Amino acid sequence: MKKSVFMGTLATAALVAGYASATTLEDVQARGSLNCGVSTGVNGFSAPDANGVWQGFDVAVCRAVAAAVLGDPMAVNFVPTTGQTRFTALASGEIDILARNTTWTLSRDVDLGFTFIGVNYYDGQGFMVDRALGVSSATELDGATVCIQTGTTTELNLADYFRINNMTYEPVPIETNAEAQQQYLAGACDVYTTDASGLAATRASFETPGDHVILPEIISKEPLGPLVRQGDDQWADIGRWTLNALIAAEELGVTSANLEQMAAGTSNPEINRLLGSEGSLGEMLGLDPQWAMHAIAAGGNYGEIFAATIGEATPIGLARGLNAQWTQGGLLYTPPFR
Amino acid sequence: MAMVDSGAPKGSFRLSMLLYDTRYRSYTIQIFVLILLMLGAAWLIDNTIRNLAALGKDFSFDFLWNVSGYDISQRPIEYDSTYTHGRAAIVGLLNTLILAVMACATATVIGVIAGVLRLSKNWIIGRLMTIYVETFRNVPVLIWIIVVSAIMSESMPPPSAFRGDDPASSMLLFDSVAVTNRGVYVPGPLFENGLGYFNILGLDVSLNLMAFLVVVGLSIWVNRLVLASATKIQNATGVRPKTWWKSLLILFVPAIALLTFLGFHLEYPELRGFNFTGGIQMRNSLLAMWLGLSIYTGAFVAEIVRSGILAISNGQSEAAFALGLQPGRTMRLVILPQALRVIVPPLISQYLNITKNTSLGLAVGYMDLRSTLGGITINQTGRELEGMMLLMLVYLVISLIISTVMNFYNNRVKLRER
Repeated sequence: MKKSVFMGTLATAALVAGYASATTLEDVQARGSLNCGVSTGVNGFSAPDANGVWQGFDVAVCRAVAAAVLGDPMAVNFVPTTGQTRFTALASGEIDILARNTTWTLSRDVDLGFTFIGVNYYDGQGFMVDRALGVSSATELDGATVCIQTGTTTELNLADYFRINNMTYEPVPIETNAEAQQQYLAGACDVYTTDASGLAATRASFETPGDHVILPEIISKEPLGPLVRQGDDQWADIGRWTLNALIAAEELGVTSANLEQMAAGTSNPEINRLLGSEGSLGEMLGLDPQWAMHAIAAGGNYGEIFAATIGEATPIGLARGLNAQWTQGGLLYTPPFR
Repeated sequence: MAMVDSGAPKGSFRLSMLLYDTRYRSYTIQIFVLILLMLGAAWLIDNTIRNLAALGKDFSFDFLWNVSGYDISQRPIEYDSTYTHGRAAIVGLLNTLILAVMACATATVIGVIAGVLRLSKNWIIGRLMTIYVETFRNVPVLIWIIVVSAIMSESMPPPSAFRGDDPASSMLLFDSVAVTNRGVYVPGPLFENGLGYFNILGLDVSLNLMAFLVVVGLSIWVNRLVLASATKIQNATGVRPKTWWKSLLILFVPAIALLTFLGFHLEYPELRGFNFTGGIQMRNSLLAMWLGLSIYTGAFVAEIVRSGILAISNGQSEAAFALGLQPGRTMRLVILPQALRVIVPPLISQYLNITKNTSLGLAVGYMDLRSTLGGITINQTGRELEGMMLLMLVYLVISLIISTVMNFYNNRVKLRER
């Protein structure tokens, strides 16, 4: 009897001891698909189209990473997350990468234990109001009721902005963009505030976009970028350089139209290194030599993705502004592929 | 104890007796299960510690003393974005308690009325109450909350509709109440020469309210003395002296005197800028939670009340009727006091349900404990484990307090057996 009790205890202890984990890259390759966290639906950034296929600017990052790692841009499981659930989803390993217009801040980078792998959109927080209110500046908003998504940096910026300007406001906390839109249109709040790009995207889906104005004040810096869990540097590098490859491709003139031709080899050694016909950059990352080619083939270079999802030709109609290449007066500046 | 020794064979203790001797076997099994349980708990804790270490996170409650940086719409105590996360949690806790108390009170009232009416001999009233109970308790409470919230925000006029020379909407009850899609604005009390506030544990307690409560409490106590002496006289002489004018004087004069002394007047809501200001604003989120929880839980309370009434034997009402009591008084004086013994224990569970269901507030943006500490604070600080544990602890403590108080009440109303 004594023996069997011992055996039972031993067996339990053995069960307890089993604890090991592979790297994120190995996990993704073994699974054959990338789990990518996106928003619950912001037109132009991440929203399913009429056929249920996710489309958008943030979605394109997921597709590029999936193409670089797995060679297939469609091998992505999209996990919709709210402002409240996104960090838990990433920290718990439910998603491998979060591409959900998330602002890069020190506390998120350091204290929450994440690594931001770059900036894919330089944004700032703005306000949208009904044109009929006759408001032309955010400084006239004293006493207004403001719809705001909880769990975001916009919530903190808003509190700071109104306090600094000695104004009062009534916050109406809201969980998702769709809910905020409904409340704003019903007149339950005077103002809707979020990143200016998000406001443009939301306004574009209104029945009468012309009835709403986005106020000129941009009250914060919101560098939006994808992020991964801290502690897996290889995976962070893969994400970072996939994003850089998209930006570098635009700078170097690599587009989805001339990609095949350029991949065969060009006179520019940097293009050759990027597309894998020269050097071994892919192997250094633990990927296929043509990883960047696959990533660019997924949706084109950064400029093409921008134009197709949120650019001036789309209903959202955002100008490149800060998000132009550094050669065009913007902030996009990728380190060299060498 | 003596039994253990009686039929037992003499002999030394052997290990196999732990399994084959019925005297020891149950101990063996219990100790074994206990060890398994402890191993399970140890595994969970160890797993948590290892995973936290793998994520590079420590376990600490220091974040409660950091500046929160976010604003809260409904603030029972002073708070803005420069206060700490701990203070935000207290604001949330107070909002939870306010909602729980309001919803418990209305659910009880609705439930008692519906439960009694469902037993009505009037066919229409009885069936109507059946429909109420069956509709409301068979649809999830979250849906009712969202329905109320949607009705409030979609079908009520925005404050701008009250503006202009020929406004589309107007205020109700002599321009004192404004119903808008942002909430209901009602007149609020103001004191011209108020007593100020008294700070206890960081909470501001209104001295005006305290003074008012003390005066009303004293009046009620004095009134009871007057009634008791009247009963005494009645018992001695058979004639009950008239007391109604004394009661009126005692109950109302001191309170009115105090209010006049404090310069009490009502502040009416007024459209200023974007919103109504002044008075008390009952936000949509509060109304949605309050009404949603009340009508939903009221349906359960109605069933509890009905079961309690049906548990009282028919002989009780027959006896009461034989003494010439009207049906209303029979219910109030004979049936309900006895039914309470059956009603109170399940009612406790319903109060606990209401308190826990207040955590659905996030769905309509009600800033309760779940939305502040368990929502925004966790999200801004990334302290999920600590926040959730604190949240569980607080709800546990609130629920235990409610249970204790209600059990105390139950002990008072339960059948005294001699």
